[in-house]
Amino acid sequence: MRRQTKTKGPTMADVNRGDRPLSPHLQVYRPQLTSITSILTRLTGNALIVAVFLIIWWLLAAATGPEYFALADSVLTSWFGDLVLTLSLWAIWYHYLAGLRHLYYDAGKGLDIPTSEILGWVCIGGSVVLTVITLIII
Amino acid sequence: MRYLTARKRAEGLGAAHSGTEHHWYMTVSAVGLALIIPAFLFILGRTIGGTHEEVTEVFAHPAMAILTLLVLYVGLQHFRKGAQTMIEDYARGMTRKILIIGVTVLSYGLMVTGMFAVVKLAL
Repeated sequence: MRRQTKTKGPTMADVNRGDRPLSPHLQVYRPQLTSITSILTRLTGNALIVAVFLIIWWLLAAATGPEYFALADSVLTSWFGDLVLTLSLWAIWYHYLAGLRHLYYDAGKGLDIPTSEILGWVCIGGSVVLTVITLIII
Repeated sequence: MRYLTARKRAEGLGAAHSGTEHHWYMTVSAVGLALIIPAFLFILGRTIGGTHEEVTEVFAHPAMAILTLLVLYVGLQHFRKGAQTMIEDYARGMTRKILIIGVTVLSYGLMVTGMFAVVKLAL
């Protein structure tokens, strides 16, 4: 629905509804640390829904009763559950550090290439270290 | 024609007119999650694999019940809006609308299911 009167040809006030350009797709970029760590942020954040789904199902099973809980428990503690939860643990720590980096960027800091590359390595290395520490503690 | 430039229309609001608020919500929820996620992870990690009585006992503790409800609410709102941004980056038209509605339904569905389970375990 156009609210303004249409004149000949587009004017500066023409509203672009629904036909705005999309983000360039991932393959147009030459892979570099900053782009890879940015893509990983989105990937980990969205992939975490799998672990969220499993854990909420496990909680619901616990709230339902011991028999149903036994089923959810056997899935979460199986090799498949261990694999998904361990990868998700890394994913949440990665997303955590990348989120902090995002907040730092939002403050207008760390945007020069040498600093942002260091921050990229901090996210990658830090997430592995935090995952190992968490696995040792739990 | 209206004497309104594209810049004037977008200034302070962004092209979608709600981007600033969306971005600010992600900032605020990110800080909130940064505060509560580590404690939640450690307690959850120690609880998974426990017996039914142990698990019930952990979530029946008021502090853990409150923490879990917060993680469910803030976490899934953060997910919903983050996933929406991804959809808006790569899909348009009817596909975009259907995907955003799908993510919204999934997020609230999981959130409230988890909340129901925690409340039932806690009370």
